[in-house]
Amino acid sequence: MATAELTTTQKPDWAGRYFHIDQVLNSGGPRTDPQFAAGDEVKKFLRETSKILVIGAGGLGCEILANLALTGFKDIHVIDMDTIDISNLNRQFLFRPKDVGHSKANVAAEFIMKRVPGVKVTPYFGKIQDKGEDYYMQFHLVICGLDSVEARRWINATLVNMVDESNPDSLKPMIDGGTEGFKGQARVIIPTVTSCYECSLDMLNKPTAFPICTIANTPRLPEHCIEWASVLEWPKVFADKKLDTDDPEHIGWLYKVAAARAAEFKIEGVTWSLTQGVVKNIIPAIASTNAIIAAACCNEAFKIATSSAAYLNNYFMLIGTESVYSYTFEHEKRADCPVCGGEAVDINLKSDTTVEQLIDILIEKQDIQIKKPSLSTSTKQIYFQAPPQLEQATRPNLEKKVSELVPDGGDITVTATTLPFNLSIRITYSS
Amino acid sequence: MIKIWSMKKNEDAAAKKKPKTSAAQIRVQKDLTELDLPSTMQTHFPDPNDLLNFTLTITPDEGMYKGGAFKFSFAINTNYPHDPPKVKCLQTIYHPNVDLEGNVCLNILREDWKPVLNLNSVMVGLQYLFLEPNADDPLNKEAAIEMSKNRDQFLSNVKSSMNGRNIKGVQYDKVSVS
Ligand SMILES: [Zn+2]
Repeated sequence: MATAELTTTQKPDWAGRYFHIDQVLNSGGPRTDPQFAAGDEVKKFLRETSKILVIGAGGLGCEILANLALTGFKDIHVIDMDTIDISNLNRQFLFRPKDVGHSKANVAAEFIMKRVPGVKVTPYFGKIQDKGEDYYMQFHLVICGLDSVEARRWINATLVNMVDESNPDSLKPMIDGGTEGFKGQARVIIPTVTSCYECSLDMLNKPTAFPICTIANTPRLPEHCIEWASVLEWPKVFADKKLDTDDPEHIGWLYKVAAARAAEFKIEGVTWSLTQGVVKNIIPAIASTNAIIAAACCNEAFKIATSSAAYLNNYFMLIGTESVYSYTFEHEKRADCPVCGGEAVDINLKSDTTVEQLIDILIEKQDIQIKKPSLSTSTKQIYFQAPPQLEQATRPNLEKKVSELVPDGGDITVTATTLPFNLSIRITYSS
Repeated sequence: MIKIWSMKKNEDAAAKKKPKTSAAQIRVQKDLTELDLPSTMQTHFPDPNDLLNFTLTITPDEGMYKGGAFKFSFAINTNYPHDPPKVKCLQTIYHPNVDLEGNVCLNILREDWKPVLNLNSVMVGLQYLFLEPNADDPLNKEAAIEMSKNRDQFLSNVKSSMNGRNIKGVQYDKVSVS
């Protein structure tokens, strides 16, 4: 890697390397953003200053990395916690059979640096949760090619929480790509400005789940037999052992049990790979859908980084199951979004103000309209109105001073039936 | 650069720390503190600091399961409300929609779960199973067959199962509180 870096950074950009891309960077069009700094300034930003983070080096990630490198981004970071599996090779084109078992992030980074001179790709083989705000703060832009809802919710919340009104650099546009068979979506999330990932949580296609009684009594599909093995039989046989979907022995056991049940009900189609697919909830990945979505994401990244053209506002949906249908719309922010919605207010208290008095202050605040608030910090409950047991357990706190429970500058999360969303209050004390 | 960026670093603006409360945590707090449960349902938190794991006891005051106290465990993961809560019956009970391992056939716990539903809806759904057991979605097939074929026998089986008797070789837990 060190040698690749040395040779590539020494090599100047050859003549004509950016001929096509420079056509859009040399001068603005009639609709270009007035901020657009045509010419050297924008090129310098794109190629020397901008730092972009790619989350995920799988099906979408491979495409994204290649596109970014070829568009002229030169300082790219990539995170992925996975290692390369033989089944990835049909579409994750940065990987070869010799790479099986190695880190996706490391192999992808090395491949791109070898193939596209002058591009520096810094890999991190691990989880996004390993990194903190100081890490994410260094990037101008984040692109996600993830297959996990949980990881997306995490990075979305992290980027939204990082936004600091007094520091414009803390606002990191996030471009999120996702595919499922012939369907896909690309969206631009400007944390706290546009709707966020959490805002659209109820729009997601949920994984197919079969009624448990069908699985138990009237199986018709191979999937029913596999779910019977994993949902009903596994906990029955291995009461305390958690099913590990990455353990081939566990999958093997499920396969054997599911196949026996399928035979009993004369159902065909239970295979080892279907078993793995069902329990790991693997959605069919089609290389060309990944290519379309990754391309859309990277064009938006390029436009956002350069201001050379209007960027997506804010949701692009591709539906390849009905011919080629696509739809772009502005997904609206949800006022009751637990991540970007709600309100934050600063409240200044005397250092001897009690929790009960704070609750009265909240109830009396005309602009909030709150009844029966429940309060907590990120680590402990302060006062819960219900259920009875928790109300009793937290009741002694009512008499305590807020300053005993929350440090100066600390935050309290407030929920209440009358609030459609949560309220976050930041406490400061005056002596 | 789009407008939201300033090209120059604003060195002196120190990042304000924001709350670290996760979306799942806030939703669980909202769901729990807004629970509006009838006197027939009670929650219990073995560790009051752990909001993600608790039990619910249902004591129906009408219907054929009246007089019993039925205990369920709730386990909520950090991907809530995308993922539904995991609910299991902690006793061996004689019910067409609950199997002997405690699995419960309730649509909103699996195929019909949506993030707009909440813990209250799940609890109300569970209570409904005791008022209106449904023989069409059986998990305990024998109980379901008995219920649709011979209602009197079924009712008597329910009563004796609640008293901790053995029915057709299955030992049921005593759940009767009266
Ligand atoms: Zn949001």
